[in-house]
This record gives sequence, structure tokens and C-alpha cells, in this order.
Amino acid sequence: MSTPLAIAPATVELDAVVKQFGAHRALDGISLQLEPGEFVALLGPSGCGKTTALRALAGLEAVDGGSIRIDGNDVSGLPTNKRDIGMVFQAYSLFPHLTVLENVEFGLRMRKVAAAERRVRAQEALDLVGLGERGERFAHQLSGGQQQRVALARALVTRPRVLLLDEPLSALDAKVRVQLREQIRRIQTELGITTLFVTHDQEEALAVADRVAVMREGRIEQIGTPEELYVTPATPFVADFVGLSNRVPGTLTAGTITAAGTTFALLGAPQPDGPVLAYVRPEDVVLATTETATGLAATVVASSFLGSLRRTSVRLDDGTLLSVQHEVALQPAPGDVVRIAFRGTPVSATPVG
Amino acid sequence: MTTLALPTRKPARTRRGWALLGLTPFAVYVLLFLAIPTVLAVGTGFFTEDGAVTLANLAGVVEPAVLATFGSSFWVSAVTAVIGAVIGGLVCYAMLGTRASGALRTIVDSATSVLAQFGGVMLAFAFIASIGGQGLVTVWLIDTLGVNIYENGVWLYQVPGLLPVYVYFQVPLMIITFLPALEGLKPQWAEANATLGGTRFTYWMRIAGPVLAPSFIASLLLLFANAFSSYATAAALISQGSQIVPLQIRSALISETVLGRENMAGALALGMIVVMVAVMWGYSVLAARTSRWQR
Amino acid sequence: MSRRVGSEVHLGLAPSRVTRWAILIVVAAVFAIPLLSLLVFSFSAGLGGGYTLDHWTGLFDPENARPYRTLFQAIGNSFLLAVVTVAIVLVLLLPTMLLVHMSFPRLRRVLEFICIIPITVPAIVLVVGLAPVYSIVVQVLGGSIWTLAFAYGILVLPYAYRAIQANLDGVPVVTLSEAARSLGASWPVVLWRVLLPNLRRGVLAAAFITVAVVLGEFTIASLLNRRNLQTALLQISTSDGYVAAILSLLSLAFAFVLLLIIGRLGSVGNRSTP
Repeated sequence: MSTPLAIAPATVELDAVVKQFGAHRALDGISLQLEPGEFVALLGPSGCGKTTALRALAGLEAVDGGSIRIDGNDVSGLPTNKRDIGMVFQAYSLFPHLTVLENVEFGLRMRKVAAAERRVRAQEALDLVGLGERGERFAHQLSGGQQQRVALARALVTRPRVLLLDEPLSALDAKVRVQLREQIRRIQTELGITTLFVTHDQEEALAVADRVAVMREGRIEQIGTPEELYVTPATPFVADFVGLSNRVPGTLTAGTITAAGTTFALLGAPQPDGPVLAYVRPEDVVLATTETATGLAATVVASSFLGSLRRTSVRLDDGTLLSVQHEVALQPAPGDVVRIAFRGTPVSATPVG
Repeated sequence: MTTLALPTRKPARTRRGWALLGLTPFAVYVLLFLAIPTVLAVGTGFFTEDGAVTLANLAGVVEPAVLATFGSSFWVSAVTAVIGAVIGGLVCYAMLGTRASGALRTIVDSATSVLAQFGGVMLAFAFIASIGGQGLVTVWLIDTLGVNIYENGVWLYQVPGLLPVYVYFQVPLMIITFLPALEGLKPQWAEANATLGGTRFTYWMRIAGPVLAPSFIASLLLLFANAFSSYATAAALISQGSQIVPLQIRSALISETVLGRENMAGALALGMIVVMVAVMWGYSVLAARTSRWQR
Repeated sequence: MSRRVGSEVHLGLAPSRVTRWAILIVVAAVFAIPLLSLLVFSFSAGLGGGYTLDHWTGLFDPENARPYRTLFQAIGNSFLLAVVTVAIVLVLLLPTMLLVHMSFPRLRRVLEFICIIPITVPAIVLVVGLAPVYSIVVQVLGGSIWTLAFAYGILVLPYAYRAIQANLDGVPVVTLSEAARSLGASWPVVLWRVLLPNLRRGVLAAAFITVAVVLGEFTIASLLNRRNLQTALLQISTSDGYVAAILSLLSLAFAFVLLLIIGRLGSVGNRSTP
């Protein structure tokens, strides 16, 4: 009945791409490969270069070195409008003087598609994002989330080889953000289009992506599945940026860290011996309130109820503050004395001093 | 333990009463010096010298001679508005992409603010000094290029002379009014156009053009209104005569030869107001549409 | 294999440097011609050719004070009018705008409309109705020049309103005054110590624009038979064109400096660190 938005998914390759803004090196020889149909998130703090990388791929920034290939073809010399990509911007990208339907049709009009076919395909794209009845509205009459869905339909209707999303959810309310990211992921899986998604929100990246690349100062620190990044962070920066971490002072000797009375294996590249800070996840710390429990003594500072779990901050005898995640049934109050133990999973560490 | 003695608050209605009183000085001022003069200006057209109601003054306005004056005013205003809009639009385009707080922008802002106000007497002098009978440019043209711009008479002191002079303050006004609109063009629109396969041509034709059109026409209307209501420049250049409506009002006000001419000024003022209201109404409608899109 | 794309990506956004400067330089040059002509004229030594500084020095020579006396008086009138008009703006318009902003938000549209009317009812029309009004004003307040400021206050309403409102929109007036009141401040203190310091930019901008407009006003002064800078300029141009040229240039430069200051005031506020 309806012509599916079938796309032949493409491979994307950035090879040692360099971008300089005056004295500032935004991209420092970054290399990245996307498999056909893969959803990769570029994650990092502001200024790390993730948006620059995306815009370089789109052709909106010229590169100073390295190459960019889509489906094996070098596109570095191609202007943006010839790269056959779809892009969703953070905000304000819908044309204000055109209706929603006319906005979605725009890419088809550029490709000289006949009016009747344009209308049908645009309507399909709008139906796909759930805004089929809003075709005659204008951008200023829609909410932020609806505008981004229109932007998505507009980017997809031309069946591009690659879909680029530049922090599309950052300007939206929290609840809309969660709904929309799931919708984006569903559509992307259904269509099988190769996608690059830029965000600074690590929860978002972990939730939707096949693979996540953590960027810092123009380079990729680590790329892997969300699980890999969370459980085996390659560097302390990744350990700190992805998920929450406690920093526990300890000593590293021959690949083993001794901290807070427990031993941990060291994750990541070998480091010289010496004093370190170990990154321990709150859910890897065990809290016990009964008198018969064993472990380190600690005093409860504060406890937060988060619906499905509790997070309690405690202070050890040596002054270290720890954040512990545990089940809701335990309800420690400020001032209580509790017992702390560690699960001993391997951890990242940074040298101190 | 001491307690704070809270002052008793006056009931809300009395507070509002006092606040409303605070508005009266301004209200009285506007009444005395804006409302009443305006009413008088348009009203006197309906009365004779002795106070009797009459349509004679209005009839005087639609006489061919006076209608021709309106025609001249329209012509001068339209021509200078279009020329001012085109040149001003070009300068605005040239200013695209400059930093809002940079030196270039500051200088252009100040220069346009001053030149938009640099009307009347001083501007007339400047043009007389440059393209007047003995003007710098006039003499240079004769001496260097052998071209005498006043071969067929000195037109600077007639209606055609108003054209270049008016354009001189129309262009800065255009820049002041239109530059914000041009800067309201979001870069995301140009980028989205590119990612969707459009070229620079399609961007200007299909996106920037339609988006800017209402502002451009609104600015054009403002320029028209500005020229139509200008008096000082014409008064300085054209010392005698009533070739355009403001000068016609001048004759009506200071003429001592024809009786009842003061009320004629009222009828002319009424005519001017009708035109101004129509033009400014069009302007506000277009400006409202523009602000809706800028959201 | 990679290839350089070039240092700029052209999306149709901004003109190239060449285009930009070509347009700006041509337009600036054409617009400079009348001003330069005026300047050159002020140095010219008459039909015999040659240049002289006499016109400039003559203006400031105390010996020539007598023939120029009415001219200097007219200049003084204009400055007096400027001061009084600014006073009207500060004493009548500013408090009203604050009052409407804080206590009568629904009247804001009305106030805005009132302040836009003087654009639709230009000076040449207003003066037709001002003549009878001023005949009464003269009876009540005397015939001095400063009464003209009442009419000028109306003329500058659109500009002063816009300047102050732009500032007002950016300052959370209601929140600030509520915070000050909750800390124990009385209304005069709120006004003087909290609100006005934050509105300095808009108020100064309004004041400077008022001065510029008043100095350049001709229509009402001329048709109500008063002497101000512009009417005096017109009159003296028939006998001494050089002085007319010099004074025009000076007042233009003065207005330019005023507005340059306003521009810098605006950007000073914007340089806030995040």
C-alpha cells in the first residue's frame, strides 16, 4: 500500500580528520567508522568537538586534514547539498513561512520530484512521526517536541544515506526528551538508516545507541557498546563522564589497587605504582544497617529517594564521602552508623599528585 | 521577644486609586499637546473662519491644483522610498555576518541614526554646497567632464531636487528599520536548505526572500510615510510655492493674502492624516506578521 | 585521498569580503560627498578661489560677537529646549512607563499606541493644531522659548519610549522591586537605588536621542514663529553661508558623538561574563 522509506544504508568513515579554528584544534585527527544501519552516539562535554565532527561530515565545516568517506566515496570536496544526507538541528530549523507539509516536501522539491508524489511521500513521512494531521500548521503553532518530529520527517523523506542529529533533544523538556529519543530509535531501527547522534547527555547516549564514542578535546577517548563503556571504561575520564562514580583514595601496586580496606583490579592501561583515586560505581558499594554486618564503619550524611532506588551519601572514618545506591527498603537516616562493603569489580584509577 | 509591628496595608482599591492618579500628569500632557492639537488639526477643516460648519475646505482639497500637489507628494515619496529601500537593503546585506558589538556595526549604527535625523535645513545646505549652482560637484563636473547638470535649468530648488536630498535620509532609515529583520535570518535555515539539497539560489528564492518580504515592504511603507510627512528639507530648498502637501500647508498657515486659508490648512492636514493612517496601518499589519515568524 | 575544501563554506548567508566592502565603501563615499562639500565650502575664500580659515576663526572671535549675537542666542535657545525636553521625558514619561509596567500591565498596549501616534501625526500636521493651543499657553506661561519644549516632548515620544522600553524589557523590574520591598525598602528607595541604576542605559539613550531630535527640529519652531538653531541657520544662510555651513557641520558632529556614546553604552551592558 504505502511505499516504504526504504534506504540503502551507507558506511561512513572519518579518517584522521583535523579541524582548526585559529589557534584552537577542534578536531585532532579523529577517526570513526559507522557500519551500515548502525546508530552511533558522539558523547562528550561542550567544546569536545562532537558537533564539529558532525558538521564536518555534513559539509557545513571545511576540514583542514584527513578524509571523510560515505559508502567508500571521498566526499571532502562535495558541498553539503550534494552529499545526500539528512540532518536534524538542535532548534529553529523549520522554515517559518511554510506549512509543516511544505517544510517536509522541501527536500523533494529540491530533487525535482513531481508535486503529486511529493505530497504523498511527505504525508507518509509525517504519519511516520505521528503528525499526520498537522500538515497545514505552521512551525510557531507547534510545541518544541512536535517541531523536532517535523524536522525528523523532513530529513528522512528524501531517503538519505546517512542521518545526522545535532543534539536534537537538548532544547526540550525532560519528559518529551525521553519519549522522543525512543521514537527516534524506533524509526531508525525500522528504516535501518546509518545514524550519527551528537549529545552531551550520557544517559541519552547509553539509552539509544548501538555504540557510543566518548570524545574529549577533539579525540575519541573510547568507543564501544553502552555496556562496555559503563562496565569497562578505558580511561578515568570515561569512567567519570559515563554514569556516576565515587573517587576513593588508595594505593596502586602491581596492577592491584588497595583502597578503603578492599582490593580492586585495575581497569585499562597499566600505570606506575603509587597513590591513586579509584572510580567506584555507587551500585558496587554495599550498605548494611544491621549491627551484625561487617565492613567499614560510616556515618550517613543524607539519603535521597529516587523512586525505584535510594542513593545515600556516607562519610567514612577517614573523611572520604561515598555515594551508595541500594534498594528502597533500607531507609538510613542522617547520623546513623552503617557498614560499607565493596563488590570488588575492576575499577579505573587516576594517579594523585 | 520583640515582634515586628507590620504597617497596616491600605485596601487594594485605594492603592489602585492612588496609582491611577500617578498616570494623570502624563495623561493631561498628552491630552493638551497631542490629542487636542490633532483633533483641532483635522477638525478645523470642517469649519469656516466664523465657526460655521462647511465642506468648502474639503472641496478645496479635491481641486485639481491641490490634487496635483498630492500627486507630487506621492510621486516623491514613492520614488525616494523605493530607491532608499533598494540601496538601504544592499547595505544591510553587506552588513550580514558582522559582529553585533563590533566596531563596524557601532559606527554604522551611529552614522545611520544621525543621518536619519539629519534632515531639513542642514541637509539642504549640504546639497547646495555639493550640487547647487556653485556646488563642488557641479563645478567639478563642468571643469573635468564638461557636463553641466543644470543645462535645462536649476532643478535643485524644485520638486525634482527633493529626490536626491530625500534619498539621503531615506537610506539610513531603511538600514535602521530593515537590518534587524535581515539579522533575524537564522543560520539554521541556510544550513537546513543545504542539507536538503538546495543551492544558494534556492535559499534566497524560497526561504530568505519570502521570509524577508513582509519586513521589506513594511520598511518601504515606513519610508514612504517618512518622505510624505517631511517638511523642513522642502521648506529650506523651496523658499516659495506649494508644490507638495507640506508646503501647501505652509502657504495656508502663513499666507496673508487669501482669507480663510488657515482652515484650509486643516483640510490639508486631514488629507495627510488619512494617507498616513492608511500607510501606517499597512506597516503595522506586516510588522505583526514578521514578529510572529521571528519567535 | 583527501582534498582541501577551502577556508569558507558558502551557504548564502553572508556576502564575501569583497562584496561587503565594495558596497560599504561606495555607499559611504557617495554619502560623504555632501558633507565634504560643506566642509570644503566652509574653508573657501569666495569667488576668487583659494582657501582660508577666516570663517572658522571669525565665528569664535569675540569681536564678531555682535553680528552673531542673535545666532548664538538661537543656539542657546535650542540647548535650553533640549534640557527642558529631556526633563519632560524624565519627569513625565519615565515614571508613567514604570507605573504602567509594574501596576497596569494591561495599559501597556495603550501607552505604546500613544507613543507611536506622533509618527502617524507628523509635525507639519500637529503644528496646525498647536497654533491655537500655544496662543493659550502664551497667555498662561508667557511667550518664552522654553514652552516649545511641551510640543517637542510629544515629538520625541516614539524614540524615547522605544529606548526606555528596550531597557525595561530586559530588567525584571517587578521581581527586583518585590525583592527590595521584602528586604524592607520603601518605594522611593526602590526607585532610586534599585530600579533607576538598572535603567541607566535606556534613560541615557532616550535623553541623547531627545537632544539630537530637538537640536534638529525646524518645522514647529518655524511655523510657530520661534527662533531655534535651525530657523536661525536658515535665516543666516541668506547673508552668511559660511557660518551656516560651519554650524551645520558642528551640530552634526555633536549629534554623532552623542549617538556613538549611546552605542557604546549599549555594548557595555552586553559584555557580561557567564
